[in-house]
Amino acid sequence: MAAEGIGARVLRKEDKRFITGNGRYTDDMTMPRMGYAAFVRSTHAHARIKSINTDEAMKMPGVDAVLNGHQLVADGIGNIICGWMIHSKDGSPMNMGAYRALESETVRFVGQAIAVVVADTLQQARDAAEAVIVDYEELPTVVDSLDALKDGAPQLHPEAAGNLIYDWEIGEEAATNEAFANAAHITQMDLDNNRLVPNPMEPRSALAHFDPSEEHYTLYTTSQNPHVARLVLSAFYNVAPENKLRVVAPDVGGGFGSKIFIYPEEIACLWATKRVGRPVKWTSDRTEAFLTDAHGRDHHTTAELALDANNKITGFRVKTVANLGAYMSLFSSSVPTYLYATLLSGQYNIPNIYANVKAVYTNTAPVDAYRGAGRPEATYVVERMMETAAKEVGMAPAEFRRLNFVREFPHQTPVIMAYDAGDYEASLDQAMNAIDYNGFAQRRAQSEAAGKLRGIGMSCYIEACGIAPSQAVGSLGAGVGLWESAEVRVNAVGTIEVLTGSHSHGQGHETTFAQLVSDRLGLPTDSISIVHGDTDKVQMGMGTYGSRSGAVGMSAISKALDKVEAKAKKIAAHLMEASEGDITIENGELKVAGTDKKLSFTEVSLAAYTAHNLPEGMEPGLKEGAFYDPTNFTFPAGCYICEVEVDPDTGVVSIENFVAADDFGTIINPMIVEGQVHGGLVQGIGQAMLEHTQYDEDGQLLTASYMDYAMPRADNVPSFKLETTVTECPGNPLGMKGCGEAGAIGSPPAVINAITDALGIRDMTMPASPNRVWQLIQDNGMKQAAE
Amino acid sequence: MYETKYHRASTVSDAAAMLKNADDGKLLSGGQTLIPTMKQRLAAPSDLIDLRHIDEISGITKQADGSIRIGAATCHADVAGNADVRAALPGLADLAGHIGDPHVRHMGTLGGSIANNDPAADYPAALLALGATIETNKREFTAKDFFTGMFETALDEDEIVTAVVFPAASHTAYVKFPNPASRYAMAGVFVAKTGSGARVAVTGAGQNGVFRMPDMEKALDGNWSADAVASMAPAVDDMLSDMHGTAAYRANLVTVMAKRAVAAAA
Ligand SMILES: Cc1cc2nc3c(=O)[nH]c(=O)nc-3n(C[C@H](O)[C@H](O)[C@H](O)COP(=O)(O)OP(=O)(O)OC[C@H]3O[C@@H](n4cnc5c(N)ncnc54)[C@H](O)[C@@H]3O)c2cc1C
Repeated sequence: MAAEGIGARVLRKEDKRFITGNGRYTDDMTMPRMGYAAFVRSTHAHARIKSINTDEAMKMPGVDAVLNGHQLVADGIGNIICGWMIHSKDGSPMNMGAYRALESETVRFVGQAIAVVVADTLQQARDAAEAVIVDYEELPTVVDSLDALKDGAPQLHPEAAGNLIYDWEIGEEAATNEAFANAAHITQMDLDNNRLVPNPMEPRSALAHFDPSEEHYTLYTTSQNPHVARLVLSAFYNVAPENKLRVVAPDVGGGFGSKIFIYPEEIACLWATKRVGRPVKWTSDRTEAFLTDAHGRDHHTTAELALDANNKITGFRVKTVANLGAYMSLFSSSVPTYLYATLLSGQYNIPNIYANVKAVYTNTAPVDAYRGAGRPEATYVVERMMETAAKEVGMAPAEFRRLNFVREFPHQTPVIMAYDAGDYEASLDQAMNAIDYNGFAQRRAQSEAAGKLRGIGMSCYIEACGIAPSQAVGSLGAGVGLWESAEVRVNAVGTIEVLTGSHSHGQGHETTFAQLVSDRLGLPTDSISIVHGDTDKVQMGMGTYGSRSGAVGMSAISKALDKVEAKAKKIAAHLMEASEGDITIENGELKVAGTDKKLSFTEVSLAAYTAHNLPEGMEPGLKEGAFYDPTNFTFPAGCYICEVEVDPDTGVVSIENFVAADDFGTIINPMIVEGQVHGGLVQGIGQAMLEHTQYDEDGQLLTASYMDYAMPRADNVPSFKLETTVTECPGNPLGMKGCGEAGAIGSPPAVINAITDALGIRDMTMPASPNRVWQLIQDNGMKQAAE
Repeated sequence: MYETKYHRASTVSDAAAMLKNADDGKLLSGGQTLIPTMKQRLAAPSDLIDLRHIDEISGITKQADGSIRIGAATCHADVAGNADVRAALPGLADLAGHIGDPHVRHMGTLGGSIANNDPAADYPAALLALGATIETNKREFTAKDFFTGMFETALDEDEIVTAVVFPAASHTAYVKFPNPASRYAMAGVFVAKTGSGARVAVTGAGQNGVFRMPDMEKALDGNWSADAVASMAPAVDDMLSDMHGTAAYRANLVTVMAKRAVAAAA
């Protein structure tokens, strides 16, 4: 291993600027004559807009313009799209209601943008936004997806009768029913996946600028995928053709999925900047973030597992209702379908699976991908079912899982996915050893002696990352290809810039991507810079989400490096009068094998650019690009075990031990991977124990601030014990699988399995708040007393 | 935030005059409640009169009778770290040391906290349990008369809290159950063994703000032990109920926190 190459714990290059406060975020930027935008937002969850009166607002000091949806539509700005077409089981395309960046007819969730004010200062813009008078005719509301499907429920969109967006299925229904008809045991559960607010540290922001002489727009924004943003803004919202629109996503403080999507505010800022003739900036405040960032999860599921007499799984039947909120956000349709139901086989050999998913409109914020996106929901269903079924048939949870593990690869599941490599039992054993599973009984006895309840629970997760083979996702309805691109630009002095379409918003790409180059060429990471986040600099890219930047983004860099190396070798061979096949690259030098002849990488780079002595016919320069389209998803997997102690007096659950044993394939930087796992685990534990998005029946968001929305904090989580095994991913050149979401995917069921174990109950809903746990103990105690 | 004018007072009478002259002025102490409210545009005072630079209402003194006098503009961290408070009223020091986070404790003040009288604030429990006296620029109040309901006090619009005097007590302890989101008390119980007997005051749980538990006090007078209060709870109907905790849960928490406080003050 090179000192800073693959596998080294290189400190993050980007941290210096973050830690010293020198990060450059969108809201840090100003431009001459810049105006500030403030949005007029719906205070009702469902209402017809009778009128929008802007007279007072227009007269207020510093106000440039008060713009609404009528003008937006008149200017030809297109409706917000959903980029993944899902067909219902009857073959009909999904029912999509019109979603405008500024709504002027019917608002459908609290916080929906109705008008935008641009003024000299932020205060003036906000004052004027408050002075806009919107006259509403209130309409009945529905916030829960099951209620939305009922007869007589308030109807949101004329395009979607019964609020049904699609009624989708996957797997073989008849064969699965057959398995149930012949089952020796059936486990059935109703499982809810609670709605979450993403809460990245940096709220969304947009700074738009229009240059009338060039008819050219620039948008600085908090995006995980600036090229996708440009594509969508150009092709669908008609803001400007791509060559007239530059999108820059500078430092971005976390996204967790919520910054994949193109939101009304960015569109409105771009549109407004031309109308008002000055740069326009908007930065979300925390309340706006709660109300309008795309939320995550929110599923109601009924699941049934069929076992034969030997406790082998023979069938799995799942019915899910997914709440997509009031409008379809960019990738919302794919989350409860192809990112969810395709993972319902878990780590297990299940011959028959059938899943039916209904996606539903409600008067709540749009729901889309959030760290894990569909896979946490699937894992929760699978791993709660596995735990419960094991207990019902009297098997130890680990043994029941072992009995049903997939052990041969490749493995084709009944729900599209073809698992390429893995060793699930290795992770299970590793996790059980690390947590001293055998010592649990004794630890439980100690807790009981102290008047506490103790429980242990596991979760053997699998997920699909590295999205995705373009042709495959295209056939499933995706509107884009999911390759990645890279360019490796060697400078004349041998330093390197890597231009990547991946975007780092916390992942540490500036370090890990440099490590890959360092590993290949033996150069210090200091001489390698990673350039990303600017459509003017980087050729093209699909961005960062779905743990794809390693497996897909770095594979593209690897392919570009192949080309750079090949050309460098040709030049070196020519200069040293050796055969190309004898040239090796090591420690920043190109050597002729078996001799002491060598040239430094700098000498070869310089030769490429002076072009004084290149092989016959060779172009000058040393710069190569590559596009990499994956051949398959990658399948990170692992085993998480959680051990909790419950205080029966208060219902407080404390996580005493937590082990995460992951198989991410090749690991570039273990320190960064550990950071990703820690963050994911905390988010997953947050979902299981603390976070819960609640609307009241009028569609007002009750948890719209940190006073009521419980974010996990350091004292809510233990010191994690992390382990890894490595089965290399055969699908990409680096053998990588991805680690960005695993923690959030695998942990919620482990936590709930542990708590239900401690309480001796079959089920409970997330989050396991102290009040809820205490109530369960009361109810249970009363039941026991009554028996 | 709406536009506002900032004034820095150097004496209490100076502050009173500034408040009087303002259109719709408001006293500003640590700003940990008022500023967030203004940022959310839920309050829009024309003028802010900053009390934190008034020497006469800041600082902590141990008085001859053993009582502790704390100026209204004293921040929570100073109370938590004060040697006299820690020795004489450890429960009070502990309470102040667990308000919010370090930032809040270095900005937020005793005067601001009790003038605001958030039903989940910690200090009111200590004042009521210890039988503290609240001094203002006009008069004095007993804690019982001062706290009149949720976010309600007996203060006049233009009245300034200047100090709080806490009588000595042989045993004190405060134990709170934090709201999982805000970390304010969902039930905070202050117990004290005072010259006039055992006192138990509860914050965070009641529908009308801070209240005492006479049954528990009587039981503790006879037997200062956690067991003595183990079977006592406030009436469920008087408890707050919200998405974080039902009334029944809060009533239970009062019992559990009281037990733990008594045990801590043993
Ligand atoms: C993140 C966070 C967490 C917190 N957690 C807790 C907690 O766990 N427990 C807890 O008890 N509190 C908590 N607080 C509140 C904190 O203790 C505040 O400091 C306190 O409520 C108000 O004190 P202040 O000095 O900041 O007052 P300010 O915010 O300045 O003022 C509050 C109100 O009191 C009035 N006022 C201020 N001083 C006087 C005076 N001398 N006379 C008359 N009126 C006056 C003001 O006009 C205003 O109406 C928290 C606050 C934050 C921001």
